Amino acid sequence: MVAVGVLALQGDVREHISALEKAGASAVPVKRVSDLEGLDGIVLPGGESTTMGKLLTLFDLLEPLRKRIADGLPAYGTCAGMILLASEVLDGRHDQKLLGGLDITVRRNAFGSQVHSFEEDLSVAGVGEVHGVFIRAPWVERAGPSVDVLARVGEHPVAVRQGHLLATSFHPELTGDARMHEFFVSTMVS
Amino acid sequence: MSETGTDVVKRGMAEQLKGGVIMDVVTAEQARVAEDAGAVAVMALERVPADIRRDGGVSRMSDPDMIDSIKAEVTIPVMAKARIGHFVEAQVLQAIGVDYIDESEVLTPADYAHHIVKTGFTVTFVCVSNDLGEALRRISEGAAMIRSKGEAGTGDVSQATTHIRTILGQIKRLTTLDATELFEAAKELRAPIELVRETAELGRLPVVLFVAGGVATPADAAMMMQLGADGVFIGSGIFKSGDPAARARACVEATAYYDDAERIAKVSRGLGEAMVGISIDSLGAGDLLAQRGW
Repeated sequence: MVAVGVLALQGDVREHISALEKAGASAVPVKRVSDLEGLDGIVLPGGESTTMGKLLTLFDLLEPLRKRIADGLPAYGTCAGMILLASEVLDGRHDQKLLGGLDITVRRNAFGSQVHSFEEDLSVAGVGEVHGVFIRAPWVERAGPSVDVLARVGEHPVAVRQGHLLATSFHPELTGDARMHEFFVSTMVS
Repeated sequence: MSETGTDVVKRGMAEQLKGGVIMDVVTAEQARVAEDAGAVAVMALERVPADIRRDGGVSRMSDPDMIDSIKAEVTIPVMAKARIGHFVEAQVLQAIGVDYIDESEVLTPADYAHHIVKTGFTVTFVCVSNDLGEALRRISEGAAMIRSKGEAGTGDVSQATTHIRTILGQIKRLTTLDATELFEAAKELRAPIELVRETAELGRLPVVLFVAGGVATPADAAMMMQLGADGVFIGSGIFKSGDPAARARACVEATAYYDDAERIAKVSRGLGEAMVGISIDSLGAGDLLAQRGW
């Protein structure tokens, strides 16, 4: 069984752990640098991207995690996790800390504030019909040439993959449907 | 087909705050300090509960200009308080685009019988309770997040401890009941049977449960997390202390690493004066804010 970490500083960690277990992985909460040892992949959960970036820096996890991802550790980011994996963020704080790796520019809170948060069915390439829950969600404003767009809402990419990195604007962990996690575990981690 | 303001969206929004610290702030500068320290959200209000206690009088929703100035300063979510039952204050707060409304016992109630019907709003509500029945009644009205009351503005954590222990103890008991007994439990709790059943099946509330009211130190915050809270509100405890920036950061770290005593010890060093506080024993019955809410 593969071991997939869930960054557990803050956010909807419990839901990701349960989705990964449904997808047949062993899920490991990650709070310390030593927790990164022996992982076959990592999930960056939803939460507050500004806060998570701050906490990664304050708790000395930013560089070790950045290095593991740059060295090829498969990673899946949802919502705030998508922002952390992006190479550039718009409408964030000027000093917002990112892990980077994905050649995309994301716009933070792109769909608007909480009152504009929504749920909607969408088609994700390689996965099928998925119920997307979008909460103060980002969208992808620019995707680099080696980035595959897997799903869009209107014009805007909301699911992307580049090699060992996967990111969605929406939160599959909140729906009880583990197919996005299965896709990550079976095609990218194993 | 796109839908806004659904339970999934509102509750999911609150799930994103788990493991975090939400801090009361009265100025844009304080909001900046809170965000820099790693707060997951801020509560914008004109006076922290310790000052509301000291000043007395009627306490109401904050000036929208003040809330806007805080929204402009930070990128994390901004919460604001409406009086219990004051649905028009809630309409105003939704109209100016706050991320969460706290229907709060800290403000003077506007209705001594009814709470706001929250299902009609698209904004997410956090509501207060000191036992499971009250929590489930608030969820049935549309609350997507619960915070236990504790006793706001005291710096005395004992009531926060009592309330989280009460709520989680009552949930534990529900999980031992059979289908027939759950009906009786619903009557006792004065809560809808569907929510009682859902809570029994989950072994937790159907929404996020934070603790509030009296948390003043990193150890207080970690204790609430070890007792089973999803996160912590710190009201007067940060900005009524000697070194707010250091204390804010220490409370954030202690909440994230709540099960690591060495780490909590490390962040507890050299924080300066904690808020002076008021012991619960010295308050008269009429001074207890936790009695508000029904």
